[in-house]
Amino acid sequence: MPPAPNPAKALAWSDPVTTREGPPARKGAGRMTIYLPIAELPVNIFTLLAMGIAVGFISGMFGVGGGFLMTPLLIFLGVAPAVAVASVSTHMAASSFSGTLNYLRRKQVDKQLALVLLAGGLTGTLAGVLIFMALRRFGQLDLVIAVAYIVLLGAIGLLMVVESLRALARRRRGEPPMVKRPGAHAWFLRMPFKMRFRQSRIYVSVIPVVVIGFLIGLLGALMGIGGGFLLVPALIYLLRVPTLTSVGTSLMLTLATMLAAIIMQAVLNQTVDAVLGLVLMVGGTIGAQFGSRAGQALRAENLRLLLGLLVLAVGLRVAYDQTTRPADLYAVTIDERLP
Amino acid sequence: MMPAGMPPGLRRRAVLLLLAGAMVALAPALGRAEALVLSLSKSRITITSSFTGDSIVLFGVIEALPGRSTDTPRDVIVTVRGPNESFVTWRKERHFGLWVNVDSRSFLSAPSYLAVLSNRDPAEISDSDTLRQEQAGLTHNRFLQRVGSDYADVVPEDPFRQAFIRVKKAQGLYFEDSAGVTFIAPRVFRAVIPIPGIAPVGTYQVSVKTFLDQHLEAHGLLPLDVTKVDFEQTVATAAQDHPWLYGLASALGALAVGFIASIAFRRD
Repeated sequence: MPPAPNPAKALAWSDPVTTREGPPARKGAGRMTIYLPIAELPVNIFTLLAMGIAVGFISGMFGVGGGFLMTPLLIFLGVAPAVAVASVSTHMAASSFSGTLNYLRRKQVDKQLALVLLAGGLTGTLAGVLIFMALRRFGQLDLVIAVAYIVLLGAIGLLMVVESLRALARRRRGEPPMVKRPGAHAWFLRMPFKMRFRQSRIYVSVIPVVVIGFLIGLLGALMGIGGGFLLVPALIYLLRVPTLTSVGTSLMLTLATMLAAIIMQAVLNQTVDAVLGLVLMVGGTIGAQFGSRAGQALRAENLRLLLGLLVLAVGLRVAYDQTTRPADLYAVTIDERLP
Repeated sequence: MMPAGMPPGLRRRAVLLLLAGAMVALAPALGRAEALVLSLSKSRITITSSFTGDSIVLFGVIEALPGRSTDTPRDVIVTVRGPNESFVTWRKERHFGLWVNVDSRSFLSAPSYLAVLSNRDPAEISDSDTLRQEQAGLTHNRFLQRVGSDYADVVPEDPFRQAFIRVKKAQGLYFEDSAGVTFIAPRVFRAVIPIPGIAPVGTYQVSVKTFLDQHLEAHGLLPLDVTKVDFEQTVATAAQDHPWLYGLASALGALAVGFIASIAFRRD
């Protein structure tokens, strides 16, 4: 869901301003730098392109927006968190659009499911923005975000790794892959207002679908992420949507929310850096093409294992940053509340 | 206004002359014994897409009035201040294994960029009271903090104040060079002011203070503009003035790039 219109936010694990270092004032040096008009700093264009390609590859492969990787990378380069979050949404929109088109062509997008999820998602975003503002008044937003990252990413990453390793072991032993829908439907899928999602080949209550969308929206606004890496496992494990359809549907949902985020950030905060976004999206779309092909070439279990490892790694990284003594116990941020 | 057709050298000299005239005219009114003639190698730093930082050279001439001692060497402290911004300095502490922000101080209207250049250590130039009063030297600058409902600067040893300066120095936005001012003739000096690539946009103030026998002798002020031009300016203005259009254009641009990529890489 659209990242909250606040900046301080996003990724608590990097100190926004302490890492803000630019190249020293050397004339003639670093010829391939480009000055970002909104972020107001020069960066190496190849570094940006490479980051776009790498994150785009991951985004295409797993159907995640990549915001949870790209935003900290940009902050590390020295881009202010508010500008990083807003500009990443243009990159994610481009990447997810080209990814969505790929999956649409292969008929692996459940548009109906995406719409129902979006309905819950937009409500969740609103709730997330409100909670976000309340936490900021208490001054403990960073801590809540960091703990949310550690718990959520750790748990989901671990779950995916364990599950996919089991599936792999089963295959190695020569047992047939587990039946897609073991046993009876989970209780929450048997709730009222059942709906048939043909593309995903599921017949479930809309209540859990809307709730998942709501939670993704809530967490997305709160944590400044697109939510794709939460949505894909939620669709796979909770709603039992086929892996590739989950990826395609998640891409479409990411596309819708990122387009909303671009407009919201541009109008409310004027923090969308079009130049930064353009370089990232050129790299990102190229990366996403190769990524989505690599994703389709992989077995579903391997894909889930890789995504699980990635999510787990990011969670561990946050935990590491939060538990090791920082080089400087002090950090300076720009006060956005005061003129 | 200067005729635009004048060759740059001539124009600079004309500026110097004009400045000298203005300074001399003002000097008696201020009751100062000396006047300063100052000139920057350019008064405007333009940010284009290849901008990675720049340096500005400051030239200064100390004009002694007749009857004053001209032998005693003068000391010069140049302070460059970028546009003011408010900052928060946070302190972390370990709680339940996590490093958490536990305490913070707001620094109000602190310069976003601060360079202090002098011909020798400011501490040798004058006593600390004078230095503090004249805000000469990096640590003698005032950094207003909000303490409760009060606004005040604190002692230089204050950990938050020290941390603030340390972090800004590490970013390259604050710095101090006690050999940054060089005398090319007994009363002519020059200083190189480095402007890093991440320098904030706005009007900077270049303040020059000369000291004689520990006392402030003359004071001069020059503005220095750091502005975006051409494409950079167009993008920044569009984002400011037409946010809806800018947002829509960015969104459409993103869709176009995504679409082109999907067509270009189509295999079937």
